[in-house]
Amino acid sequence: MSILVIAEHDNSHLNANTLNTVQAATQLGDDVHILIAGHQAADVVDAAKAVNGVSKVLHAEHASLADGLAENIAWLVKSLAGDYSHLLTSASNFGKNFMPRAAALLDVMQISDITAVISGDTFVRPIYAGNALQTVQSADSIKLITVRSTSFDAVASAGGAAEVLSLTFDQAYERIEFVSRDVTISERPDLTTAKTITSGGRGVGSKEDFALIEQLAEQLNAAVGASRAAVDAGYAPNDYQVGQTGKVVAPDLYIAIGISGAIQHLAGMKESKVIVAINKDEEAPIFGVADYGIVGDLFEVVPQMIEALQATD
Amino acid sequence: MKVLVTVKRVVDYNVRIRVKSDGSGVDIDNVKMSMNPFDENSVEEALRMREAGVASEVIVVSVGDAKSQETLRTALAMGADRAIHLNSADTLEPLAIAKLLAKIVEQEDPQVVILGKQAIDDDSNQTGQMLAALLNWPQGTFASKAEFDGDTLTLRRETDAGLETLKLSLPAIITTDLRLNEPRYPKLPDIMKAKRKPIDSIEVDSLGVDTSARLTVLKVDEPPVREAGIKVADAAELVDKLRNEAKVIK
Repeated sequence: MSILVIAEHDNSHLNANTLNTVQAATQLGDDVHILIAGHQAADVVDAAKAVNGVSKVLHAEHASLADGLAENIAWLVKSLAGDYSHLLTSASNFGKNFMPRAAALLDVMQISDITAVISGDTFVRPIYAGNALQTVQSADSIKLITVRSTSFDAVASAGGAAEVLSLTFDQAYERIEFVSRDVTISERPDLTTAKTITSGGRGVGSKEDFALIEQLAEQLNAAVGASRAAVDAGYAPNDYQVGQTGKVVAPDLYIAIGISGAIQHLAGMKESKVIVAINKDEEAPIFGVADYGIVGDLFEVVPQMIEALQATD
Repeated sequence: MKVLVTVKRVVDYNVRIRVKSDGSGVDIDNVKMSMNPFDENSVEEALRMREAGVASEVIVVSVGDAKSQETLRTALAMGADRAIHLNSADTLEPLAIAKLLAKIVEQEDPQVVILGKQAIDDDSNQTGQMLAALLNWPQGTFASKAEFDGDTLTLRRETDAGLETLKLSLPAIITTDLRLNEPRYPKLPDIMKAKRKPIDSIEVDSLGVDTSARLTVLKVDEPPVREAGIKVADAAELVDKLRNEAKVIK
């Protein structure tokens, strides 16, 4: 049977996490399809066609699919599920929202946030903020799975030549209405795909001083992250949050600044290749996972870092 | 309107859990247990709805063994009016729990059900969305603000790109994110008062719901341990190490 990947997109760009989800799908079978459910999303369909290893792109076009409403996508997914052995999507906010709804419509127990494929019915997933890894076997005839992007290498975004199949979908759930979207505008790279991340915590102390984290990011062409404490305190917007209930990231370099390192934060970044910690408290748990640590005042260390980087540029 | 709130008893978020050496699971004997943090936000939101005159009654429900009643007592001490305990010795999966909750919704007829977006033990993030599907209700997940106006709920939710606003027609499901509110601590007199509030205990088997497990846990492993590295003296040394040793910056 074939594998269906439900793609995340904004009607103009295919989200990069789709490439990681396709990687997981190719470990389950060699006939991988992508579903693009959207409105005026022709560019996304073109991008999906080119994804390496994909044989077919299913394109559902309707105004009710414009804003990623779970109610409508779950109906669409349910109508398609009979043709597939596995349905996969990213364990992003988008996937977490609609996939369990589709699973319940299909009477399937979803397997959340997998980090490895063992076989067609057996998967590894983190529990307890990643402090334990559970290997689970599913008895459902169709498997609905959300995939942790950082655990699967992206497939190539080019080289594929999938055929496109247009679907008819005209359902619109009546008791929900999309009102508005307030997207954080940043010139920095995307947090979930960036090679380098500078991340600030409670120790940064204020929204104004958080600019220092941004300045270092600019110097390193890095994305900016934050701990829950920094977001709760209003120093940084919610979509910067890294951790158990925020984003999971695994860059080549993660610089934790003024972050103590609660287990909930470590859950979101401990797979980073190189971790740097800058904290004035030498007992801070973040030093326990850091490759390089500096015990010191971030307001001295970070400007010195920026200077050292500029000096040798 | 009635508001139904779900609460789960989980290992306290400050506890560093240990995986059992035989790989059969996580050792939770003699470990501090607490209400799932997101569920505290759920209870708080329902209480604020009642205080604002939006809700008339706040009912808390928990699925689990007899000790789940402790968590229900905490919710009652925070201010919930009454509690329902769905007694089950087995650990049930989100799909089964959603089916059980759908039965309770049928009996209690609430206009809003508020659930935490995820439980911090199995990190599934499913039950609210599944319950919404089973009831064919709209869902407002990962909520950071909820405002009621008659039969309409205007809900702000946290997304990977920022924030999003939806309008839902009641009845509706809300799943809570941590920034929705600041949960209150129960005061001693309220803890005493909560002891006299009713908890209705129902055997899960009596509800006629198929709660059989779909997933079999084959094993539970420790994740690879990350070793601490070195301390460097200053920013210049750090930049040098990152450039020439780790080779992660140019």
